[in-house]
Amino acid sequence: MINSLRGENLLNLGELSREAILEVLDTADSFVEVNQRVVKKVPALKGRVVASLFFEESTRTRLSFETAAKRLSADVLSLAVASSSVKKGESLRDTIATIDALGIDAVVMRHRSSGAAVQVARYVPHVRVINAGDGLHQHPTQGLLDAYTLRQVLAERRGERGRDTGAALFDGLRILIVGDIRHSRVARSDVDAYVALGASVTLAAPGTLLPDGVEQWPVTVASDFDHALKEADVIGVLRLQHERGTGAFVPSLAEFTQTHGLTVERAARLSPATIIMHPGPMNRGVEIDARVADSPAAVITRQVASGVPVRMAVLYLSVAGGEGSR
Amino acid sequence: MTTLVIRGGLVVRSGEAVRADVVVADGRVIEVAESVDVPAGAREIDASGAWVGPGFVDLHTHLREPGLEAAETIESGARAAAVGGYCAVVAMPNTEPALDTVALVAYVLARGALTGIDVAVAGAITQGRRGEKLAPLAEMAALGVRLFTDDGAGVANAEVMRRALVYAAPLGVRLAQHCEEPSLVEAGTMNEGALAGRLGLVGRPALAEELMVMRDIELVRATGGSMHFLHLSTARSIALVTQARREGLDVTCEVAPHHFSLDESACGSYDPLFKVNPPLRTPRDAAALVAAIRRGDVDAVATDHAPHLPESKDLAFDEAPAGMLGLEHAAALTAEALGESPDPRAFFALLSRGPARIAQLRASDERISLGAHGGEITPGEDANLVVFDPAVEWTVDREGLQSRATNTPYHGRTLRGRARATVARGRLIAENGEMC
Repeated sequence: MINSLRGENLLNLGELSREAILEVLDTADSFVEVNQRVVKKVPALKGRVVASLFFEESTRTRLSFETAAKRLSADVLSLAVASSSVKKGESLRDTIATIDALGIDAVVMRHRSSGAAVQVARYVPHVRVINAGDGLHQHPTQGLLDAYTLRQVLAERRGERGRDTGAALFDGLRILIVGDIRHSRVARSDVDAYVALGASVTLAAPGTLLPDGVEQWPVTVASDFDHALKEADVIGVLRLQHERGTGAFVPSLAEFTQTHGLTVERAARLSPATIIMHPGPMNRGVEIDARVADSPAAVITRQVASGVPVRMAVLYLSVAGGEGSR
Repeated sequence: MTTLVIRGGLVVRSGEAVRADVVVADGRVIEVAESVDVPAGAREIDASGAWVGPGFVDLHTHLREPGLEAAETIESGARAAAVGGYCAVVAMPNTEPALDTVALVAYVLARGALTGIDVAVAGAITQGRRGEKLAPLAEMAALGVRLFTDDGAGVANAEVMRRALVYAAPLGVRLAQHCEEPSLVEAGTMNEGALAGRLGLVGRPALAEELMVMRDIELVRATGGSMHFLHLSTARSIALVTQARREGLDVTCEVAPHHFSLDESACGSYDPLFKVNPPLRTPRDAAALVAAIRRGDVDAVATDHAPHLPESKDLAFDEAPAGMLGLEHAAALTAEALGESPDPRAFFALLSRGPARIAQLRASDERISLGAHGGEITPGEDANLVVFDPAVEWTVDREGLQSRATNTPYHGRTLRGRARATVARGRLIAENGEMC
C-alpha cells in the first residue's frame, strides 16, 4: 500500500491508501489557483524531462497531461509511438530503452495492453512512471480526477472548500457505475478511488459486461438498473467500447440503451440532487442521451477541467517528490 | 565405447529399489550387482546417495526446428534434455512448417539422430495443423511416428477429430490433444477468474479445457480409439480422465511442472514469462494436480518445453507468445511434487516409464531407429539411464542453461534434485548440469 505518492510511480489506484489519494486531491486544489493566473506556470519541475508516450492514441488525455507538465515547467518529450517504431516490430523494452537514453525523469504512458506500465516501471526503475491508461486494467488519473470533481461539487453545495472536507463527503455516498464495466479501465480505477474514500459503490451492467470475479470486488452488483438509479447519489456512466469489439457482448446498441442507457426518461425520475458523470468520450444516444449529458445534473465538463490540476498534482508528487516551489 | 561403472546408487526398478552397481558397455547394461570390479579403462560414476533409473522421456518438447532456430534447435534442445536427465524426447509438430509430411518428419528424425539422445517425433493430425484435413498419418506412422497432435491448438472440429480417431486406430498410434475450446479462449492470456478481471487481462477459462476433455472422452468412447491428453491443468480435467480410465477407455494424461509448481498469481507481475497455454491456474488446481500425481492418476509429467526468443518476452503480456522452458528443471519439480521423501518408483513412473509407454519407446514396442526407454535396469537392456540425486540443491540460472532460450519462470529459484549423470545409448553425455 502506498501512503504517499511522493517519489512513487502511479500504476494502479488499488495500491494507493486513502491518505495518498487525499494528498493528491488536496495538492490538486492548490494547483487550481495556478490555472487561473495570467501566467499559468510554476517552476516545480523546471529542468525535469517528462516523456509522454502514447502507444494508443488519445488526444484528450495526452493534451491534459502535457498541459499539466508544462504548467509545472517540465520539458515535455511528446512521442507518437503508436505510429512509429512499434509498427516496425520494436519490443516494449526497446522502445523504453531508446527513450530512456534521451535522458528522462518521468514517463506518462498509455498502452493498449493491460500491465504495460507495470512492465515499463520494471524496465526503468530510475524513471517515474505514470500510467495514463493500460488496456482494460487501470486509468489512475481518471479515477483521481473523478474523485476530485465529485468532492469539489459536493463541497461547493455545502459552501465549503474541497480540501477542508477530507474524505468526509464520501462517507456513505452512494455511487452507481453503469455500462461496460468489463472492458473499462476507468471503472477499475473509479472503484478503487471511491471505495478507498469510503463511498458505497454499486455496479450495473448486462451480465456479459461485468468483469470476471466481480463478486469479489468491494461493491454491490445491481440486479435492476432502474431500481439502482433511485438509490444513487452519483451516477457514473461508462462508454460502450465499440473499438474493443464489445458489440458482441450485447445484442445491439439499441437494446443496450433500452436496458442500461441513461435516457431522458430515466433521468427525469432522478432526484434533482443526483450528480451525473461520464469520463468521455461519450457515445451520445447510446449510454447517455445528449440532453442528459448537457443537463445541469451532469458535471462532465468539470471532469475534463479537473484533469489538468489533478495531473499537475500527480506529476508534482511523483516526479518532484513533492519538493520545490509551487 | 568406454565401459561405465555406476557405483553405489539405488537402482530403481518398477517393483523394487536395490542398492547396486551397474556396468554399461557397448550401449547396453551388462551387469547389475551388489559390488562389481571395475574393468580396466572403465569410467566410474559415483552414484552414492542417488537413484539410478531409466532415463527420462519427455512427451512434450518444442524443439523449434525447423522454423525458429534462433530460439532452439534440435541440437540445443537435445542438450537441454540431456542435462535434465532425459534420454528421449518427443518433438512437437508445431514448427514452421508444421511436421505434417514424411519429408519433414524424416528431417527431424535425421537431425535428432545426430544428437546424444533419442528424438522421436509427434506428427500433426491435420495438414498444417489447421484442423481441417487429415495429415498422412499412415505414412508418418511407417516412419515410426507413434503420437499425433496439433498441439499449440486442439482439433476443434468434432467431426475431424472423430475421423482422426477412427483412421488412427488400426495404425497402432495414439492421438494427443491440446484441450482448449478455441471459441472460449480467443483473446485470452491468463486463467479466467477474479484475478484476471482485476488485472484487466482477458481470461482463458478452465471450462475451455474441460469441455474439450469431455468431448474427446466421448469421441474415444464412440470410436474405440485412444487418446493422450496433453498438459492437463485443472482439477476437473484430471477427474474426468480418471473416471474415463476407470470406465475402461484407452485414455492417458500428462501434467506439466509449471501447472503444479506455479499458479496464476504469478501473472500479477504482468511478466510474460508466466504466460503459457493452457494458463497457470488457481492454487487449488495446482494442489489438485499434486494430489493426482501422488495418487497415481497422472500417467506422465511432460515439460511442454517451449523456447522463445528473449525479445518476444519483452512485449506486453497480451502480445507476447505463450510458453516456457521446462527440460532442465522438470525432474526436480516432479520430485518436489512427490513430497518430502519422494518415492523413487513413482518418480520414474512419471518421468520415464509412463511416458515411454505412451510414446511406445519400450523394448517390447516395435521401434524404428530409436532405442528402448523406460525399461528395467537389467543386463541386456539398452543403456538409457539417469543418475538422479534427489537431495542436491541448486539454483536455476537462465544464463547457465543449455537451451538457446532463457524463458524459464524459475530463474533464481533453488530446487532440490538434479540429474548427476545422464547415460544415453551407453555414453555418458551429461553430468551435473554440464555436457560431457
